Amino acid sequence: MNLQDLMLGTEVWRAGAASAFAPGVPSGFPQLDALLPGGGWPPGMLTEILVPSPGIGELQLLLPALARLSRGNRWLAFIAPPHIPYAPALAAAQVDLSRVLLVHPRAATDGLWAVEQSLRAGTCSAVLAWPSTSDARALRRLQLAAEAGGSWGVLFRSGQSADAGSPAALRLRLAPTSGGIDVHILKRRGGWPVGPVSLDLRLDHAVAVPASAGSRA
Amino acid sequence: MLWLCLHLPDLALEIFTRGAPANDPLVVVCGNGRKRRVALCNAAARGRGIRPDMGLNAAHALAGSLRVCERDREAERVALDRLAAWSGQFTSVVSRTPPQALLLEVAGSCRLFGGLERLKEMVSRGVAELGYRASLASAPTPLAASWLAQDGREACVTRQNALAAVLASLPLTCLGLTAKQSETLHGMGVRTIGDCLRLPRDGLARRMGPELIHILDRALGCVPDPRPAFVAPSVFASSLPLPGAVSTAEGLLFPVRRLLLELEGFLRARDAGTRSLSLSFHHAAAGTTPVRLELVAPSRDAAYLTLLLRERLDRVALPAPVEEVSLHVADPCPLAPRNLDFFAPAQAAEGMLIERLRARLGRDAVRGLGQVAEHRPERAWTYAEPGSGAAVRGGSGRQLLQGSACTSHGAEDRKRPLWLLREPMPLEVRGERPYLDGMLVLGRERERIESGWWDGQDIARDYFIACSGQGVRLWVYRELAGEHRWFLHGMFA
Repeated sequence: MNLQDLMLGTEVWRAGAASAFAPGVPSGFPQLDALLPGGGWPPGMLTEILVPSPGIGELQLLLPALARLSRGNRWLAFIAPPHIPYAPALAAAQVDLSRVLLVHPRAATDGLWAVEQSLRAGTCSAVLAWPSTSDARALRRLQLAAEAGGSWGVLFRSGQSADAGSPAALRLRLAPTSGGIDVHILKRRGGWPVGPVSLDLRLDHAVAVPASAGSRA
Repeated sequence: MLWLCLHLPDLALEIFTRGAPANDPLVVVCGNGRKRRVALCNAAARGRGIRPDMGLNAAHALAGSLRVCERDREAERVALDRLAAWSGQFTSVVSRTPPQALLLEVAGSCRLFGGLERLKEMVSRGVAELGYRASLASAPTPLAASWLAQDGREACVTRQNALAAVLASLPLTCLGLTAKQSETLHGMGVRTIGDCLRLPRDGLARRMGPELIHILDRALGCVPDPRPAFVAPSVFASSLPLPGAVSTAEGLLFPVRRLLLELEGFLRARDAGTRSLSLSFHHAAAGTTPVRLELVAPSRDAAYLTLLLRERLDRVALPAPVEEVSLHVADPCPLAPRNLDFFAPAQAAEGMLIERLRARLGRDAVRGLGQVAEHRPERAWTYAEPGSGAAVRGGSGRQLLQGSACTSHGAEDRKRPLWLLREPMPLEVRGERPYLDGMLVLGRERERIESGWWDGQDIARDYFIACSGQGVRLWVYRELAGEHRWFLHGMFA
């Protein structure tokens, strides 16, 4: 048996074969999609997004995918968001508000429970959560729940947790740049850590296009 | 016609025991004074040697910790009514035969439920889940079915001409004769219904009166035997006394489940579901703890409702042990059947997640989002019922536009942050410029929002997009009136 035969057979699993992954949800950023296994955000998996300081553009990174997912008939769940997801901005980004579910648990344990239930139920296309815990066992449970329910779980965590191991299938670290963010992929299935990818967030949403009425303050 | 009879031999006992999986000896007594006798006893009491018709004192002597319940015929009647309402899910014709039997006319239901055998299996399993023991028998006449069930024969007669042979071996006690009549018959050497049937009709009628002949004729189907149909009440109200005081949520789940099963049958009979359930836990020391469950979509599935209530009961603080549980449903509403997808696997209904989350976290913890046609940023959004859509409320659009100084371009052009702070946060000012962990760099564009003069909540602000030292894009504003203070109102995240 030569090498060619071995490669053609099904017994050998090749890490580089991206086709082995379920097709992902296009992120709306082609340069990022190229690096993600399955060509997009992985459904049925946990994605961890590490943010040095909240507000640098982590939601805008997800927005095109959320808009696409909201066209399905499953929920987009926001669990324990730190602020109010602003409806006019979501609507302007083509997110169908009737699919948005806001959950505000009072206790941290209730929060984890709510994330797990939402992931496992199978009626959420994406579950965005801001967990206060970094317990690896709890995260493992969430990963399993995401697999069971076929939901895309997104956990936003602070930048300090980058060194700690995590059962999440995809881990990204964001860094702010002028007019956008740099995305470092810390962990992905079927590939080495890679990055950074610079994404320009100016065009699609945040900073205003200069208007005729603009004047200096 | 095919009648299925449910005979409940232990009904008088079960109304006391079905609230919990009890293992303590329990007897139901009747009579008063020194004539108090055991009418029925449970398995634990039987294990101690207690038998029906034994004196109460003798029973006390056999079992130290004996629980004694007075026979409650009114409660038995109510229990039979509820069971009749529950069995309405199997047929439209249910008739009560007090004190302890129900008759179901099932000729038309057999096909729907997959044959008489399967139907009987479903009925007996359902009755057992409710906490009753029933013996079932079916026959073409109601009287024959009840005699067979009463005698504990799991008989299944479908043809009328086979009745006489089956009934022949039944004892005379079924006929409900007076003591004198049975003595007369006994003296004649008549022991069974078969013996009765062999006697010459006119002679028997002369000796025993015409009633006996009439009863036998009804049983054999020679004369009609109309039965009044039971009409179920339009609201569901049921309660279950607990054999011992219960103070844990887990212990309450058992009786709650039985009530929910009763409810499921009741609702199934009227092809309905419910949107809200009221449970009450009655405490020994006067007072009740109410628990209300609201559903997003009507449901009647006992297993699902039990699941929701399990989450809820974990959070209910009980001030005292519970002696009785009652369930009330006032608004049965039509249940729209859900189509299953032929290709995709059956998926849980989307409302279920919301109900589960709400059962544990509270109603207000799970909400949806909606947009409002408003210029004031803090009022341009609202919490909404999940799934209700981005219905833009308003209708006073003209008024809104008049009130605003900012009408140069449509709302979709304006940049809005993804995060809005619950309350605008005052910013420090250093040298005329806002400061937040470093000087903020303001964008070039200014958006003036002046609105709300008509309701006294008017605002006049200049909004800017600012960039902080950490690379966070912020939405800040300066008041146009008063002290011209700076506030942080959102983040572009």
